[in-house]
Amino acid sequence: MDYAIAALIGLFITVGVYFLLSRSVIRMLLGVSVFGNAVNLLIFVGGRLTREVPPIVPPDLYQAEGAVANPLPQALVLTAIVIGFAMFSFLLVLAFRAYQSLDADNTDNMRLAEPVGGCRPPLSY
Amino acid sequence: MDYATELDLPPAMLATATPLADWVLVLPMALLLMGAALLLVLRRSKDFHAWFAVLVVLGVLWCEVTLLGRVIADGPQAMTMGNWLPPFGITFVADLFGTMFALAAAVVTLVLIAYMEMDRSRGDNRDGQFALVLLLLAGVTGSFLTGDFFNLYVWFEVMLIASFGLLVLGGTRLQLDGAIKYGFLNFLATTLFLLALGLTYALLGTLNMADIIGKAEGANPTALAGIASLLLLAFGMKAAAFPVNAWLPASYHTPPAAVSALFAGLLTKVGIFAMMRALVFLFPASRDLLEPVLMVVAAATLVVAPLGALAETNVRRAMGFIVIGGIGVVLTGIAMPNQPGVAGAGFYILHAIVTMTALYLVAGLVEKVTGQTDSRRMGGIYAANSPLSILFMIVVLAAAGVPPFLGFWPKLLLIEAGLEHAGISTAGVSEIGWGGLAMVVALLLNAWLTLMAGGRLWAHIFWRAGPEAGAEAEAEPLRRLVGKQDILGMGATAALLTLIVIAGLFPGVLFEIVDTAARDMLQPARYIAAVGLAGGGAP
Repeated sequence: MDYAIAALIGLFITVGVYFLLSRSVIRMLLGVSVFGNAVNLLIFVGGRLTREVPPIVPPDLYQAEGAVANPLPQALVLTAIVIGFAMFSFLLVLAFRAYQSLDADNTDNMRLAEPVGGCRPPLSY
Repeated sequence: MDYATELDLPPAMLATATPLADWVLVLPMALLLMGAALLLVLRRSKDFHAWFAVLVVLGVLWCEVTLLGRVIADGPQAMTMGNWLPPFGITFVADLFGTMFALAAAVVTLVLIAYMEMDRSRGDNRDGQFALVLLLLAGVTGSFLTGDFFNLYVWFEVMLIASFGLLVLGGTRLQLDGAIKYGFLNFLATTLFLLALGLTYALLGTLNMADIIGKAEGANPTALAGIASLLLLAFGMKAAAFPVNAWLPASYHTPPAAVSALFAGLLTKVGIFAMMRALVFLFPASRDLLEPVLMVVAAATLVVAPLGALAETNVRRAMGFIVIGGIGVVLTGIAMPNQPGVAGAGFYILHAIVTMTALYLVAGLVEKVTGQTDSRRMGGIYAANSPLSILFMIVVLAAAGVPPFLGFWPKLLLIEAGLEHAGISTAGVSEIGWGGLAMVVALLLNAWLTLMAGGRLWAHIFWRAGPEAGAEAEAEPLRRLVGKQDILGMGATAALLTLIVIAGLFPGVLFEIVDTAARDMLQPARYIAAVGLAGGGAP
């Protein structure tokens, strides 16, 4: 099972990188999303896949008895999902706003900050 | 229900409450986050924002000065959330480097709030500006003071989302263009960092930094080297090291000058300090394997960046390349982690936090005087505003590292480190380490090229009689900085530069601090003991 999930993570990262190499901002967004999910899956699997009981501590004890599932990766992955979603939403709105203002979805046409051709270096002094 | 008294205390928790005085370790972040929230609530009363932000930052400064005093006196200070014992709770640790940088970041932010007040006008709809500045500082301070690797990622994201907000605030087309590039590449960098974190947890089973140091020694060195290379790539992107630096000159000149200055002073420095923390402090064995890569990256960053500054006519874009050059200087310290190397790298980060900010502040004033961003359309400001030309010259000399300014001392330490690394005094000619010598040459070359780039900008903007031939038509008449707000901006910049000059003239105290800090970085025993892991878990 671990190997299958590792292969799936590899596939996700490949797809993510492929989309990120695109010039279209929307495809880049998809790439960021797929890449982020690959990483989330990796953190989840990092805590090992086991068939254990849920990590619930009985009321009269301080520690759970016997083997329980590892709850930490779930906390980590939850944090990562929330943050990743916030960033994705921001980038989505940013892309839409840039599309409205710059009239471009293609990054090759977004050259305001770095003008095409640039200027020649100053020759005096 | 008082379980703690009825049952035996589990070995994972402290029963006593944290003394009030220890709260100074987390108070800076708490104050900043609450201050930012309050500013958002009070968004209508804009006149009051700057004053409130100044109050909050002053509170943070007080906490950090207290904290620095304690760290200097008693060594690193640690606190674990929820009174859990590490490695279970999230730990905050103040060591010398982290506290010092957090303090410098707060000082710089204080100056910038005054400078932002200069740029403010009644009509602009930047209601959230000061709230975002406080959030950004919270992210930066948290990154400097955290002792937990995953928590570092969270603070990175706090910093990132605040910087996104500041970058697009105002919403001009230029800003949107810059923000797309900045946003995608920085988000990708933090995702790569998260990837490395997931692998670290899978390999070592812990994310507490003090615990990682102990467990990394017994781990599979090949797997660790893979993690370390991922961290090098992720933090290299955040810090804008040479092959992955494209986002910085594409975005830093697009927001207002004060925001650029904040980014230049704080963001890339957090990235490079995180790299130092990860490679020198946490995974030194993997760093040794990556040393050739680090040396090539450092040398390339050192040489390529100032060449970019030489070729550029947009003033703030040229400054962006100088900022990247500074990252190369710190990288040499990470590539040669002997005592003077780490001390020099840390000292340089401190210098860069204040100097790179000042660089952009002066550039902002130049843009205000001329109404232009392109140096081809500037000229002759020397006659109109000679104080400004003096400020510009000082900041260029400090950035290039000309004695007696602040930038000289860390470079002196780094050159000493290069000669030590090469073994000039001890080894025979056949055993000289050429890597160390190459670093020395690259550092000197960088200083020379930076001085040339900065000096030429000065000559173009201030010294020559008027704009370049053919560009006079677009040039505007020079503005005089005489209004109340303008004087505030000039004053803030002059205050920051005075600090740089004084620190450069009396570097003795700083030398002692970075020396101890570097020793703590290379031998983490005091750090681990402060967290409470050395003696089997008991504090």
